[in-house]
Amino acid sequence: MNHYYAEDIAKSPRIGRLIEHLYAKMPVIEADRAVLLTESYKETEGEPIIIRRAKAFDHICRNIPITIRPLELIVGSASQAPRGCQVFPEYSFEWLEEEFDTVATRSADPFYIADETKKTLHEVYKYWKGKTTSDLATSYMAPEALLAIEHNMFTPGNYFYNGVGHVTVCYGRIAQEGLESIQAQAAEALSKVNFGDADYAKRSHFLQAVIIACEAACVYAERYAELARKEAEACSDPTRREELLKIAENCARVPRHGARSFYEACQSFWFIQMLLQMESSGHSISPGRFDQYMYPFFKADLDKGLITREFAQELMDCIWVKLNDLNKVRDAASAEGFAGYSLFQNLIAGGQTSEGLDATNDLSFMCIQASMHVSLPQPSFSIRVWNGSPQEFLMKAAELTRTGVGLPAYYNDEVIIPALLSRGLTMEDARDYNIIGCVEPQKAGKTEGWHDAAFFNMCRPLELVFSDGMDKGVQVGLKTGDVTRMKTFDEFYDAYKAQMNYMLSLLVNADNAIDMAHAERCPLPFLSGMIEDCIGRGKSVQEGGAVYNFTGPQGFGIANMADSLYAIKALVYDEQKLSMADLKDALSNNFGKLRTPEEAEDITKNLAKAFAADGVTLNEDQIRTMYQTALSGGVPEDKRLQYEAIRDMLEEVPKFGNDLPEVDAFARDVAYTYTRPLQDFRNPRGGQFQAGLYPVSANVPLGAQTGATPDGRYAGTPVADGVSPSAGRDTHGPTASANSVSRLDHYIASNGTLFNMKFHPSALAGREGLANFVALIRSYFDQKGSHMQFNVVSRETLLDAQKHPDKYRSLVVRVAGYSALFTTLSRSLQDDIINRTEQTSI
Amino acid sequence: MENAFNKVRGRIFDIQRYSIHDGPGIRTIVFLKGCFLRCRWCCNPESQEYDIQSLTMNGKTKTVGEDTTVEAVMSEVLKDLPYYRRSGGGLTLSGGECLFQPDFAAALLEAAHYWQLNTAIESTAFAPYESIRKLMPHLDLFLMDIKHMDSDKHKAFTGVENGRILENARRVAVSRDCELIIRVPVVPGFNDTPKEICDIARFAASLPGVRRLHLLPYHRLGQDKYTGLGRDYSLAHLLPPPAEHMRELLEAAEEASGLACQIGG
Repeated sequence: MNHYYAEDIAKSPRIGRLIEHLYAKMPVIEADRAVLLTESYKETEGEPIIIRRAKAFDHICRNIPITIRPLELIVGSASQAPRGCQVFPEYSFEWLEEEFDTVATRSADPFYIADETKKTLHEVYKYWKGKTTSDLATSYMAPEALLAIEHNMFTPGNYFYNGVGHVTVCYGRIAQEGLESIQAQAAEALSKVNFGDADYAKRSHFLQAVIIACEAACVYAERYAELARKEAEACSDPTRREELLKIAENCARVPRHGARSFYEACQSFWFIQMLLQMESSGHSISPGRFDQYMYPFFKADLDKGLITREFAQELMDCIWVKLNDLNKVRDAASAEGFAGYSLFQNLIAGGQTSEGLDATNDLSFMCIQASMHVSLPQPSFSIRVWNGSPQEFLMKAAELTRTGVGLPAYYNDEVIIPALLSRGLTMEDARDYNIIGCVEPQKAGKTEGWHDAAFFNMCRPLELVFSDGMDKGVQVGLKTGDVTRMKTFDEFYDAYKAQMNYMLSLLVNADNAIDMAHAERCPLPFLSGMIEDCIGRGKSVQEGGAVYNFTGPQGFGIANMADSLYAIKALVYDEQKLSMADLKDALSNNFGKLRTPEEAEDITKNLAKAFAADGVTLNEDQIRTMYQTALSGGVPEDKRLQYEAIRDMLEEVPKFGNDLPEVDAFARDVAYTYTRPLQDFRNPRGGQFQAGLYPVSANVPLGAQTGATPDGRYAGTPVADGVSPSAGRDTHGPTASANSVSRLDHYIASNGTLFNMKFHPSALAGREGLANFVALIRSYFDQKGSHMQFNVVSRETLLDAQKHPDKYRSLVVRVAGYSALFTTLSRSLQDDIINRTEQTSI
Repeated sequence: MENAFNKVRGRIFDIQRYSIHDGPGIRTIVFLKGCFLRCRWCCNPESQEYDIQSLTMNGKTKTVGEDTTVEAVMSEVLKDLPYYRRSGGGLTLSGGECLFQPDFAAALLEAAHYWQLNTAIESTAFAPYESIRKLMPHLDLFLMDIKHMDSDKHKAFTGVENGRILENARRVAVSRDCELIIRVPVVPGFNDTPKEICDIARFAASLPGVRRLHLLPYHRLGQDKYTGLGRDYSLAHLLPPPAEHMRELLEAAEEASGLACQIGG
């Protein structure tokens, strides 16, 4: 009946051993890349930047230490130690130097760093002072934008301090034709450059750089061929020797030439995937539609009887493991926002072909199988769903969901394809989309999407409305007037929109400054050779060489803003039960929330110390009074009760997420305050801004910087993630919640929306449970939701994992756009995951 | 909507969406108020009285019971239409006992069929057969509780004898008007020996057309509601049957009856 093979395929014992080796130790920071990069830069002073980048990449590829890990079939490691990471001083370095002594002990994503490495990096960093993309971007930004960043209105931190990444290249073409075809194409273009061309300098240097960079990658692979041969000679185990000789043969062939087998194609894929992350520190380098571009190799081998399904599966499993070998150290604040050592390498299976037919094949199923076998956070595995998706395929995906690994995420072709069409993609390209990073759709090999351009907290502009644009005594926002004098809700809402628009313009200002800095200081020749139409246009991806160019900053806190604005409309204006002045007062006093005894104790101790420093000794009574004051935040009891009553009143107002059409329509409008104005802005690459509505895990740390909000949310607590309702506010079950979320406009948020749900495993029990789960996804998608992801774990499991992390080292949960190991997350994020409404059915 | 069934009135105390254990697919359960039985382990004690009551939970008092119409109930039920369509689900009536309000229950089922939903009731079957007959034209699945084969014990724990229930079970089965699944709440100290379960299983197997039996382990989720209603809970110290014991009962029931048995709905 089916034209695909959907049966389970057994897991090779090799896979477990590879994983064991990979997770044996804490990841390490290594200095080799930084040293080689700096050596090269010192030698190329004065040359065109694109040539300097290519030569530096070449110097790294020829000299960085290489290693083959025990039992590997697919080779190529960016670091000597498993899960180690290189550093990228050309983007920024100060933060790492400042965190040298804390990076090993911090709560989110710790890394070990040797004293020797610190010393080496310290030397390297001297060269980079004032030369980074970060330095240049800062100098390009408007002072108002810098001020807004300083006041946490938004954070463009991702690309401000790192490479951009967030791209999918033409892996299939490289596997078919080899890098030599890119080199030939560049050489051909170079031969047509005329001395008299206006862009001669840019174009000719860019094309030369592409050729140098591709050559560097080939040389790097050939070094592995040599190493494998040597190791084979020294190997006493005949089985392993054969494996090593095969590895040597593969690495001598690819990626320079086209692959002749599925195995060679896998190795080719891996070199490209890994070297892209050696060239730049950008994350979310996404393999994309692996099941599509690898299928011809698999099919050919299978038909000729050259490969078994078991061995093909083993090779894929090896790649899945290798995707977890790559790692990246981020600054402490970003590590909180992207917690879980995640590189967001999104790999997607299923969906439609560019002709609009169902694309599911045997490899689509084997991708699911590989994620089951390795049960690791990478790749960020995704499934495309459309009306013609085979039920068996979705059932198998649901089985993976049931394992609790937090994968896959489900994406709706029926929304994403039209959304991409509306952004100017051709029908063929839109149908062939894949997902970048968390939830961001784009066409592989043609797009520079700048998908993760900034985190924009929609709650902060509302705070500015209440403070007339002031934050911590500084005029950060617009002067929109005294909030207590606003006569109508429309007047109030207009003030919010004005603050939003102003902050959005500053966000664009910051993003565009960073964008230009990357073009000037870190154009990427290796990447650019694999993105259409860089060679044709004679410029890098960073300078606008790609066919499609976007900038996609992501907003979050929609549910908080929808609930807040709705409550203000209802209580302050429609029913007039609450005065704006009282609300303002309650907000600025955090609804009279008592501090915890620990917090109060800390405050008391610090104050006592300060007094002691001034030579004042306090008696016990004074200390007790001080403690009581600290506990109450200095709010008198009667006031406190009044604030509490206001909060109770706010809590009673209907909330987003409960299938109430009026509230949901309101939320839709509130989301437009972010998504609509953004569309009107342009980036320096000639592309358009497009909104995303997803938070990665930044809703927790950025919530910590956000004051109390009129939906009854206390200051400092997480804001709502993605398009999901606020945690605990959706009380009518998953269908009600999904109905509400589907009423937002997912088409306009063409950089992706993110809807999180947590399920107890009992909801997926048996074949019936799987079918019901698939039906839930399909029904949400029928109503034009764009994305859905699930955590399937019990609350008890998570609480126990907090208490006994040792027992749960491999417990994977879905955080926001990706999966992470639960025990590696910070405590507050763990709490947030536990407290998210658990959608169960008793 | 101008159909007569829409105007029928009745009394409910809850509507629960996204139920996946009480009939096929994704369903909405409407809980009707009032019951003929007084099962000691009842997890919905607020469902037993037809009168509207107050229930105090976590310091908050709420009113249990609401008079409504089929039209109002259906407007809530139809919110999940996309999910029923994709999953083959629909409406399940529970309680209380839906046969306590037969005209209302019948009208609800008729309305559900009008919208092409699958219909089910979860019922004790303790009612005049005439009441059951009213529901039959629009009922797809009857989830019928059989709690014990010994009438004295049945009366001691539920307040009524089991004769009428067993008779109705047979009449429903013989009618072949709907699918019939037998459900057994497994309550320690009441019916949790292999013999007691097997007796029920054998009876179920003797009913024409019955192919499935559900064993529902006793749970304590209703305990606080007794206090909230100002009632004593006579089974306060009763623990749920261990999973291992449930498996033994399952195997015994399967062997005795040849039915497809499962733990849970």
